[in-house]
Amino acid sequence: MSGVAGQTAAKTDGWEPKIVAFCCNWCSYGGADSAGMGRFQQPASARIIRVMCSGRIDPLHVFNAFLEGADAVLVTGCHIGDCHYVNGNDKTKIKYKYLENVAHELGIEKERLQLNWISASEGEKFANFIRDVTAQIKKLGPSPLKPEGVA
Amino acid sequence: MSDIKGTENKSAIPKDDEEKRVGVFVCECGVNIGGVVNTKAVADYIGTLPGVKVTSVNKFTCSDSGQADIQAKIKEHNLNRVVVAACSPKTHEPTFRACIEEMGLNQYFLEFVNIRDHCSWIHMWEKEKATEKAKDLVRMGVERSKLLEPLQASEVPVTDKALVIGAGVAGMQSALDLADMGFHVYLVEKEPSIGGRMARFDKVFPTNDCSICILGPKMVEVARNKNIHIMSYSEVKAVDGYVGNFNVKIEHKPRYLDVAKCTGCAKCSEVCPVEVPYDFNEGLGTRKAIYVPFPQAVPLRALIDMDNCISCKACAKACESKAINYDMEPSYTDVNVGVIIGAVGFKTYDPEPRHDFGYGLYDNIITAMEFERLLNAAGPTGGHVVRPSDCKEPIRVGFVNCVGSRDKNTNIYCSGVCCMYTIKNAQLLKEKRPETDHTIMYIDIRTPFRGYEESYNRSRNLGVKFLRGRPVEVTEDPVTKNIKVRVEDTLTQEMRNLEFDLMVLATGIVPNEGIGQIQQLLKLSKAADGLLMEAHPKLKPVDTTIDGVFLAGCASGPKDIPYAVSQGSACAGRATIMLKNKKAITEGITAVVNPDVCVGCEVCISMCPFQAIRMDEQAVKANVVKALCKGCGTCVAACPTGALEQSHFKNNQILAQVKNVFKFQEVAA
Repeated sequence: MSGVAGQTAAKTDGWEPKIVAFCCNWCSYGGADSAGMGRFQQPASARIIRVMCSGRIDPLHVFNAFLEGADAVLVTGCHIGDCHYVNGNDKTKIKYKYLENVAHELGIEKERLQLNWISASEGEKFANFIRDVTAQIKKLGPSPLKPEGVA
Repeated sequence: MSDIKGTENKSAIPKDDEEKRVGVFVCECGVNIGGVVNTKAVADYIGTLPGVKVTSVNKFTCSDSGQADIQAKIKEHNLNRVVVAACSPKTHEPTFRACIEEMGLNQYFLEFVNIRDHCSWIHMWEKEKATEKAKDLVRMGVERSKLLEPLQASEVPVTDKALVIGAGVAGMQSALDLADMGFHVYLVEKEPSIGGRMARFDKVFPTNDCSICILGPKMVEVARNKNIHIMSYSEVKAVDGYVGNFNVKIEHKPRYLDVAKCTGCAKCSEVCPVEVPYDFNEGLGTRKAIYVPFPQAVPLRALIDMDNCISCKACAKACESKAINYDMEPSYTDVNVGVIIGAVGFKTYDPEPRHDFGYGLYDNIITAMEFERLLNAAGPTGGHVVRPSDCKEPIRVGFVNCVGSRDKNTNIYCSGVCCMYTIKNAQLLKEKRPETDHTIMYIDIRTPFRGYEESYNRSRNLGVKFLRGRPVEVTEDPVTKNIKVRVEDTLTQEMRNLEFDLMVLATGIVPNEGIGQIQQLLKLSKAADGLLMEAHPKLKPVDTTIDGVFLAGCASGPKDIPYAVSQGSACAGRATIMLKNKKAITEGITAVVNPDVCVGCEVCISMCPFQAIRMDEQAVKANVVKALCKGCGTCVAACPTGALEQSHFKNNQILAQVKNVFKFQEVAA
C-alpha cells in the first residue's frame, strides 16, 4: 500500500480512474451500445466486460478486479422483471448484498462498488451513470487496493 | 484442433495445448472509429503482445475486402484465434463468425471487441484517451481469445405452426401471409372481434377510403382461411420453450354464451334493459350489457359484459338458439408453435388525467378518435358531427396537433400519423358541411409518404386554415360553452384569440395496455418510451433479440396503416425462413458440470429458471440438460465448489479480461 499516497498525490485533473463494468448481453451492454449510438459522451474510464446475464457475475470476478487495480467495479443488468433469463437479476440483487458486505469489510468505499439496472434503450442513463461514478471516484482518488505500478 | 466440445467432463478440463496464433483486425469504420481512435497506434501496440502474429487496420472490416483480408491472414499466418475490434457484437458478431468458419476455424474462436459504440463514439473529443482505452479493450480481447474453446452451435427442430398475438391489421396480414404459404396459424385477439383499431376509424388517409369497407373483407378473408384458427376474446397467459418449440397457454375469456350456437342476430341486445357507454364508439352513445361488438365483427357473435349484467335473464328467454350460459368459466388451450409474431398494437394517448388543453374540464373538447366515431355513419350520431354540450353541429372547429406527442411532459416522440389524420378529419367535415370553418394548430406538418402532401394541399385548397403554434390558454365561455383559445401564430409572431364551437385534440400513439405483460412473457426488451424493441432499428426492424419472435405494427413504435401492413408481411416472411427450413440454429453456450468436483449440493438446481439442471440420483451429481439450458451462467456463479462452468464465459476467460484492463506502468510516474 506504500504506493497509495504517492498515487493520490499524483492525482491531477488528468487522472482517469479505471472502472470495470460488468454488463449483461441483453440490457446493460445494449445500453452501453445505445449510449454510443446516441453519442452520449462520457469519461474514458470504464472498461466493459460482457457476460450473458448479470447472474453470471461472480464475487470472484468482482474482487479480482479490485485486486488487479480497479478503482471501481460496476455490476449492471436488466431492470427487475425484465431479465432475459426470467430472474437472473433477482439473484444478482441478492448476491450484491453479499458483495457489498465483503467490500465494506475490506475497507472499500461504497462508491467503488455500484449496482445499476440499465435497459438496452437507456443509453443516456448508462452515460450518466459512468459520468457520476467517475466523478465520485475522482474525488476519492485511486483505490486503496490498487497494486503499485498498475495503471 | 482439440475435440473438447463433447462431454461435460472433458470441456471442464481443457486440453488445448496448441500454440495460440492470434490475428487482430482493427476496423476504422470509415471515420466512426478512425476519426477518433488512432487505429494504427492500437494495431502497433497490440502487435507487441505475445501470441499476436499479425495485426491489420481496415477502413471497413465488415466489407468484402475486410473479410477477405481476415481470411487471407488466417491462411498466411495459420491463425487459430481472430480478434475483431470494431462495432458491437450484437450486430456484427455473426458476420465475422461466419467469416472465420469459412476458413475452417470454429466460430467461437472469434473475439469481438467494441471500440466504436463503447469508445470512439463516446469519447469524440478525447482522442488520446480514446486511443489508450481502445488499446486496453483490444488487449483484454486478445488475452481472452487465447482461452476460447471450440463449441458447437446446435440445431433445433421447428414446429411448422405460428402464433400471431393481436388481430389488428398488422397481425391479420401476418396470419394471412403465413396461412397462404401453407402454415397453420393461431391468431389470438384479446377483444371479442378481430380488426383492431382500424375497425374504429371512419375513413383513412390519404385516399379517404372508408376504413371498415377495406378492412371488413380482409377480416372475412381471415375467418374463411382454413389455416387460420382465430381465438378472439382470448389472451396469451404463459409462454414456455424456445425458438422452434414454444409452448403457449391461451386463455379464452367467457362470453357467457355458446359461440357455436350464437348466430349474432342480436335479439338478445334488443331485450337487454342495461345500457352502458359504448366502448367501440369511444364511450359515446350506449350499448347493452349483452351485445355484438360492432356490425362487421368477426366472429359475429354476442357476448355478455358480466360487470354490468343484472342477471334478469331476459336475453336467455329471447335467444332462439339457446346459446346463453351464465355459468361459463374461462377455458384454456395449449398450443405448440415454432414462431411467435407480436402485433399487439397501440392505444391513443389519454388526455383526461392531465386535462391537456382543457380536455375533461370543458364539454366541447374531444379527442380525434371521438371525432372519428362522430364522423362515422355507423357511429353514435349517424355521422353527424355534433358538440357534446348541446348536440348542435359546430361551425368553427379547432384542431390541436401533437397532444401526447413531441412533448417532454408526455411522450417525446412524434406519433407520425396525427398530422395526416387531422388533415383528413378537417377535409371530411368540410366536404360534408362546406359552411364549417377549420383551424389546425400545429408545430410542424409532417407529410412524408405517397399521396400525403397531396392530401395536405387538398385541405388547404378546401380552405382549412393552418396556424403554426400551440394553444397557451384554453378557456370555456360559461354561457355558450364555446372554447376560447389564446395561441401565438409563430409565423407572424402575433398572439391570436380564437373561439371555437368544438375543439379536437390529435392524440398520439402510446403503448397498448398489456404490452408489459407480453414483453415479459416473450422476454423482449422495452424501450424508455414503453414500446417494444426490435433487434436492429434499421436492418432487423421486425426481428427481436429472441430467436423466433417477431414484431409487427405499432408494438415497436408508431406506424401508419401501409407501414403496419408491410411489417405484418415482413414478419410472415422472416418467420417462414424458420418454418420452411424446419430447423433453427441456437447458440452453443451452455453450462457444463465437472462431475469430479460436483458435490451434489443442488444449489444450481434452485438457481435455474429453466429446469435445465437435473440430479443424477445414482452418482449424486448435477447434470445439465443442454437442450433446456439457455446459457445465462447464473448457476455457475452460484456453484460453491466451482464444478460448474459456462462455456464461452468461463472464469478464466472472464478473469483474463479483468486482468488485462490494467497494465503495469513501465516508467514510474
